[in-house]
Amino acid sequence: MSASSATLFLIGASHHTAPLELRERLALTPDKLDAFHTTLGTLNGLREVAVLNTCNRVEFYGVAESPDALARLQDAFCTFQGLSPDAFAAICRQSHGRAAIEHLLAVACGIDSQMLGETEILGQVKDAYAEAQTRRTAGPVLNRVFQKTFQYAKHVRTHTAINEGQISVANVAVDLALKIFGDLSTTRILLLGAGDIGEKTAKAFQSRGAASLTVASRTLGRAMELATTLGATALPWEHVAAQLSDYAIVVGSTSAPETVVTAEHVVAAMKKRRADPLFFIDLALPRDIDAAVAKLDNVFLYNLDDLAKIADENRAARAAQVGRARAIVDAKAETIWKQIESQAGGTMVMPVRVF
Amino acid sequence: MPELTDRTWLWFATAFYLAGFVLGTIALLRSRRQSLALTYTIVAVGFVIQTFGLYQRGLSVKGCPLGNTFEIFQFTAWSAIALYLVIGVTFRLSLLGYFTSLLSAVLTCVSLAIPAWDATRRVGIFGGNPWIEFHAALALFSYGVFALLALTSIMYLLQVFSLKQHRLHGLFAFLPPIRDLDHINLRLLAAGVVILTASLAVGSVYWLEDIDKVNLTKIVTTVAVWAAYAAVLTLRLKNLLLSKRLAWTCIVLFAAALLSLKPVNSSRPPLPSAPPAAVILK
Repeated sequence: MSASSATLFLIGASHHTAPLELRERLALTPDKLDAFHTTLGTLNGLREVAVLNTCNRVEFYGVAESPDALARLQDAFCTFQGLSPDAFAAICRQSHGRAAIEHLLAVACGIDSQMLGETEILGQVKDAYAEAQTRRTAGPVLNRVFQKTFQYAKHVRTHTAINEGQISVANVAVDLALKIFGDLSTTRILLLGAGDIGEKTAKAFQSRGAASLTVASRTLGRAMELATTLGATALPWEHVAAQLSDYAIVVGSTSAPETVVTAEHVVAAMKKRRADPLFFIDLALPRDIDAAVAKLDNVFLYNLDDLAKIADENRAARAAQVGRARAIVDAKAETIWKQIESQAGGTMVMPVRVF
Repeated sequence: MPELTDRTWLWFATAFYLAGFVLGTIALLRSRRQSLALTYTIVAVGFVIQTFGLYQRGLSVKGCPLGNTFEIFQFTAWSAIALYLVIGVTFRLSLLGYFTSLLSAVLTCVSLAIPAWDATRRVGIFGGNPWIEFHAALALFSYGVFALLALTSIMYLLQVFSLKQHRLHGLFAFLPPIRDLDHINLRLLAAGVVILTASLAVGSVYWLEDIDKVNLTKIVTTVAVWAAYAAVLTLRLKNLLLSKRLAWTCIVLFAAALLSLKPVNSSRPPLPSAPPAAVILK
């Protein structure tokens, strides 16, 4: 390899290659990431580098002057994290040139994610690039690669349905609420019980701008505890039936052995709600909401199975889009790589040695 | 530029409405959301062309073109589109554009395809009185509002069906939220009743001046349509007619109102008829 030549590389591990226990050891906390960036600055032959560090992956994208520089990076990371080089080598993914770009594009589009098509990853890739820019470790090659990646990732999301439909139960429930109410900023939510899935669903509603959240549990203390955690208010259990009409969305997640909300309760509530719909999300087993309420006018009921089925269908629909998304990623990676080669004037080469 | 008759312009408008419907169908079949901007542009271009065609017809008949079934259908479709162009932007309802394109394409296509509807037209139906002309135009405009109300009611029922039966894909994925549709329905119902009331108020002034001039069938039918819609609005405001029952009522009522146009039109006293003078743009 000539003195001026270099290679664009990717080194790292993800959920595809490493089990959870190993990923926990690989993950860089903010403090550790900060410290490791300092280490990266001391490595010879590393022209550019960006670190993508998420709960499912730690990946280094960069430009190295030689295979030795890459080996030094790998050694430095293993030393820093207290891993044996052999253990890391067993789970490490390495790609170079066009393949590295293709991988970054696939990651940014969400087609390499554990939750296929998720959108959060694009923000994380943007953060990784912003960090590299702040630390001045991004140069002309990474600048072009990342900027084009953002552009093409958007293109993939626009031209395929890879991120359409929610695939988690909580987000499916929120999407259904949007189909009923349109805007959640005026909707009040009542959470029955303090179950984990109910709490997650309540948080999903809060993150989408729900007007208010009220928690009711058989034990008022438990309700107040959860309400404090969620920034909500607590409602005494015995007031639930009487105040049902005040809420647009009711999430059931108690462990009660019997029905908590009966059809009679809902009929009475709908007399007060008039034209306003009422949406029940029953996440409890056994169920909290009487199934008969689904037959009432302007009342909508979805239970855990219903939501899981929708999530599965959406997941399958996303999976069906992977082929199309991959084809676009492949073509766009080729485009970026040609631009990089042209920009580098023939100095971007594939490594002469396999790591 | 080739010489174009008013009917030719109206055919062009129909083609745009059909294009809006076809493109919307393709988007739905591909499970893609139809572009609101594209739908809006296509429908708006069709509307401008239809307005021009009706204007040409108005010039030839020297008044509002409401002299035969062809013109009444064209004017109703024009009213519905005019309203969509306002409501579609306000509520960002791309699917409403799809349905409005379909309705207008059907109304205009049928009216153009049946030559008998435009073979003759009654002349002098407004007696040269612009207020009576205004009364008739307002009445038909309210029918356009009720047409749109029937469409949004259909959308409401489809959305309820989708959510109740857990069928969320295909066309159902692009329907507006239940609560938005309910708000739109109420506003359209109120607007339609207000416009029809204004129309009847204007018409009644001249009817009182010469009671024998207006056929009883026309008065009874028109007042019945107005009373029915006013009753529905009252029941809705009192929360006694809601949700699916309200939607079904609005659909059935519009069908009845549309059917009532025939007896209203044919009950008018005999007036001289003449073939519509085709206007040519030079």
